[in-house]
Amino acid sequence: MENKKQNVIALFISESWLLIVASLVFGLLLAGVNYALKPKIEANANSKQTEALKELLLDAQTFEKIVDNASVENIASPVTVFKGVKNGMSAGWVFTATGPGYADKIDLLIAVDSGFEKIVGYKVLFSNETVGFGDKIKNPYYKDQFAGAPVEKLELLKMGDETVIDNNIIAISGATISSNAVVEIFNTHLLNIKTQLKEKGLLQ
Amino acid sequence: MSDKNKVTAAGTFLAGIWKENPVLALMLGMCPTLAVTGDASSALTMGLSATFVLFCSNIVISLMRNMLKPHLRILMFTLTISTFVTIVDLLLKAYLPDMSAKLGPYIPLIIVNCLIICRAEACASKNGIFISIVDALGMGLGFTLTLFVLAAIREILSYGTLFGKMVMPDGFITLFAFALPVGAFVTLGLMLGVVNIINTKLAK
Repeated sequence: MENKKQNVIALFISESWLLIVASLVFGLLLAGVNYALKPKIEANANSKQTEALKELLLDAQTFEKIVDNASVENIASPVTVFKGVKNGMSAGWVFTATGPGYADKIDLLIAVDSGFEKIVGYKVLFSNETVGFGDKIKNPYYKDQFAGAPVEKLELLKMGDETVIDNNIIAISGATISSNAVVEIFNTHLLNIKTQLKEKGLLQ
Repeated sequence: MSDKNKVTAAGTFLAGIWKENPVLALMLGMCPTLAVTGDASSALTMGLSATFVLFCSNIVISLMRNMLKPHLRILMFTLTISTFVTIVDLLLKAYLPDMSAKLGPYIPLIIVNCLIICRAEACASKNGIFISIVDALGMGLGFTLTLFVLAAIREILSYGTLFGKMVMPDGFITLFAFALPVGAFVTLGLMLGVVNIINTKLAK
């Protein structure tokens, strides 16, 4: 019985020793590469984020991470809120927002003014919308409609004048789902984040 | 090195570029061929990344070929390939973050690129390190060149640009369909047709 057990262990080792050794070696190799490159990858992510924040709130000199991991109803991804600061005064707020798009999720950075009354703009951090159609959510034609719009429920219209800035957003022709996805992301996040900031005493 | 070996090495290298071109003759690696050939820089990055993985995995598999257990060989190939793909993924995130974001899941998907596992099975596990390296370079170069030509045609026809720089004269009518998946299928089909015509003429 003891012999049989030893034979099984010997067979297991003789058959799989290469796999075990290779797993260990490759694991160490990956750990080494990851250790060496991690600071650079994190620095890239941070500089991309800072760049995006500066692009949205042109007045702000610095950005402070005010809220980390805020939750929004029906949205799995936690929200991070940044406060733009100029000469010690608030220059506006920027927060991350996520929602389902046409082909994949859409990650946005949304900027609002210091009083959380008007939208300043948004930047698409990640999207996988159809080239030539849904990806026009990154284009000024669509984006500019949000700049100056009030912080309240936004409505998507298929027809209308896109130069009029109000809570009516005119959809991109041929990309109603992607247009609606952006509007929905605004609607799920805007008032929710405003309420959370008020509850924390960060907003009057 | 003997003359016979030299001829074999040159033949192996050239076979990867034309006679056994992974895309145009073996029809391997169709996923990246169709998915990331919308522009020349993405295609070149994908081709070079796959070549790096192919080169490293062929070396490792060739070195361990005499120790491989037949029933565990595919597991060993996958383990080796996934290690080098993860390294490429980390390198791109560190040094080409924008390209890494653009290629998205297609870099990790090199793990299941049948070109690499096919060369591990057909060449590296049966040949010495020199032939395995030459095979990896020939196949990698053939793959990269094909992806680049396909992407260059698509980028020029759909945007009039190459590597993002305008190369066509003013008034050039762009055909946006070539930027969409249909453009990838049509261009690949036409390229296969041209290659078949050339091969038929060469055979005569």
